Amino acid sequence: MRLHETFLLALKNILSNKMRTFLTMLGIIIGVAAVILIVGLGNGMTNYVEDSFAELGTNTLSVMVMGRGTSRSVSENDMYEIVAENSQYLDKLSPTVTMNGQVKIGTDSSDYTSVSGVSEDYFSMMGYEIAQGRGLQYVDVADRKNVCVVGNFIAQTYYAGDPVGQSIRVGGNKLTIVGVMAQVADTLEEGGTDDCIYLPYSTASRLSRTGNITSYTITIADEDYASEAKQVVEDALYDIFNDDSAYTVISMSEILDMMDSMINVVVTILTVIAAVSLVVGGVGIMNIMLVSVTERTREIGIRKALGAKERTILQQFVIEAATTSAMGGVIGILGGYGLCSVATMLVAALLDSGMVVAPAVSSVAMAFGVSTAIGVAFGYLPAKKAAVLNPIDALRYD
Amino acid sequence: MSALIEFQNVCKYYQMGDETVIAADHISMKINRGEFVAIVGQSGSGKSTCMNIIGCLDVPTSGTYLLDGRDVGQMNKNELAEIRNEMLGFIFQQYNLLPKLNLLENVEVPLMYAGVPRSERRKRAKKALELVGLGDKLRNRPSQLSGGQQQRVSIARALVGNPAVILADEPTGALDSHTGREVLAMLQQLHDAGNTVVLITHDNSIAVQAQRIIRLEDGRVVYDGDSSAPEAVVQPRIAAERRKTNASA
Repeated sequence: MRLHETFLLALKNILSNKMRTFLTMLGIIIGVAAVILIVGLGNGMTNYVEDSFAELGTNTLSVMVMGRGTSRSVSENDMYEIVAENSQYLDKLSPTVTMNGQVKIGTDSSDYTSVSGVSEDYFSMMGYEIAQGRGLQYVDVADRKNVCVVGNFIAQTYYAGDPVGQSIRVGGNKLTIVGVMAQVADTLEEGGTDDCIYLPYSTASRLSRTGNITSYTITIADEDYASEAKQVVEDALYDIFNDDSAYTVISMSEILDMMDSMINVVVTILTVIAAVSLVVGGVGIMNIMLVSVTERTREIGIRKALGAKERTILQQFVIEAATTSAMGGVIGILGGYGLCSVATMLVAALLDSGMVVAPAVSSVAMAFGVSTAIGVAFGYLPAKKAAVLNPIDALRYD
Repeated sequence: MSALIEFQNVCKYYQMGDETVIAADHISMKINRGEFVAIVGQSGSGKSTCMNIIGCLDVPTSGTYLLDGRDVGQMNKNELAEIRNEMLGFIFQQYNLLPKLNLLENVEVPLMYAGVPRSERRKRAKKALELVGLGDKLRNRPSQLSGGQQQRVSIARALVGNPAVILADEPTGALDSHTGREVLAMLQQLHDAGNTVVLITHDNSIAVQAQRIIRLEDGRVVYDGDSSAPEAVVQPRIAAERRKTNASA
C-alpha cells in the first residue's frame, strides 16, 4: 500500500470527526501560536533595539574619565594623541560635554532637549548631515564661539523650519544658530534624536564651568575590531592612571550584543514555557489516538484479515496522528501570525513606538516540524498498540 | 496434484487460566481445488479454530497446515498477512464491512493492500459488485443496505482479489431464511464457476448445500465425506451416545 494512499485514508478519518479532531489539535494550535508570537515579539524587540542603536551609531566607543583624585587627569589633547597613535583601530575623536540648563527660545522653553558640546568632527563621526547653514568648525571650537547647530525638531517646532541666524538660550547663555541638522529619526518627537542642540565643546565647557572634559566619543576604524579598539583605549588610559577604576570605555556594539543576548535569553525561556503546551498537546493526541484504536479495534481486525500488515496499520495510525498535529501546527502558525499583527497594533497604540512583531520564517518552519514530530512521537504508542492487535480477537470485538 | 488445503495432525491448545483447552485435536484433512466443503460442528467443536487456521489468522500449536503446498505454521505475521491477502477471501457472519467507506471502497480494500493501482482497483471492484447485483449502489454506505445486500458486498469483497479459497464463516447466521438461501445460492454459483469454497456452520440444513461435509466434535473430525450420506447429518447427541456405547462395548 502506497504512502499517499495511507495519507488520504488518514485525512478521511480525521475529517470524519471534525469536532474531536479540532479539540485534539487545540493543544498544538495554542502551543504553536504561542511560540510564534513569542519569537515574533523577540524579533521585534531585537530589531527595535538594533534600530535605536543604529541611530546612535554602533561604531563608537564612549569613554568616561573619572580621574584619580586631582593629581592625575587627561586633557582632550592626550585623548587626541591616543587616537592618533592607534589609527589602525581608532578613527576620530570628539569630546562630549553634556550641558544641563533650561533651553529657551524666545519665551518658550523646551525641557527635553539634549544639549551637547562636541568637536567639529562629531557630525561626520555620527553620520549626521547638515541640512541648512553650516556645521561646527575648528575655529568655533578654538575660539569658543557662542554658536550652535540644532536638530530638525527644534527648527520645525520653534522656528518654522528657518532658524539659521536666530538665537537660542541655554541656561541663560545666548547662542547663535548657524546650522540645522538633517532629520535623523523617522518621526520628529519631543526628546527624540532630533530634539537636540550641538555647540562647540570648548564653549560648553566654559559655559557650564566643568573644568576638565570627562566624556569622549571615539569612532572605530573597523567595526569588526570593536573589542580590540576598546582594548587599546583602555590600555592607553591604564598607562596614564595605573588604575582601571579611573575610566570606563563602553563600546556601543558590545552593549548591543549584550542587549541582544539578554533578549535572546528571555525569548528562549518563554519559548520553552510555550513549548510545554506543545508537549501537553502531544499527550492529548496520544490520548485520543488510544481511544480511537479501541473504538476501531474491529476495523483493524477486518483490515488485518483482508491482508493489512502490521507495518501498514502502524503507518496508518502514525500518519493519522502526525496529520492531526501538523494540521494543528498550520492552524497555529496562522493564529500566530494573526496574534503578531494584533501585537504590532497594540504595541503601536500603547507604547507609541514603531516596533513590528514579525515571526521569523525559521521559527515558523520549526513550529511546523516540531508539531509534526510530536504527532509522530505521541502517535507511535497507540499505533503500535493497533498494529499488534490479534486479528481474531479484533474481529470478535464489539 | 497436491491438495489446496492440507491439515496433518493439526492441534491447537489454548491456555485458559490453569486449564489447557484442546480446540483442535490431531485434525487431518485435505481439501482439493474446486471443492465445496462444509465444516460443521456445535459451538466448542473446534470449527472456529479450524476456520482461523485455514484463514491464516492463527497458526497450529503442532502439526502442519499446508496451503497450496506452503507451510503456514512456519510463517511470520507479515507473510501471514500477505497470504491472507493473496489466497483467501473471507465472508463473515457479521459482514464486517467498514462503515465509513462506500461499497466501492469497501470492496477495494483487499486490492489496496495488494498494491493494485487505483484505476485498476476501481474497475475490478465495480465488476465484483455488479456480479453480486449491487452495481447500482456503488456509492452507498453499508448502513444504507439490508443484511442480505451487505452480505453480498462482503461476497464481492471476498471475490475481488481472485483468491484460491473462499472462506465463509456462518454466512447466513444473521440473515432470515429467504435471504440466507440467496446467499447460499451465490456461494453455489461461485463453486460452479470453479472456486474452492469452504463453509463453516453449525447448521446441518445449510451444510448439506455443500458437496462434502467435515463434521467436528470436541476438536476431532468425526465425519468426512459426501453430504448426501445419512451419517453426515447425524445429531451430535446421538453420535455422542453412539460413542459411549462403542466405548462400553
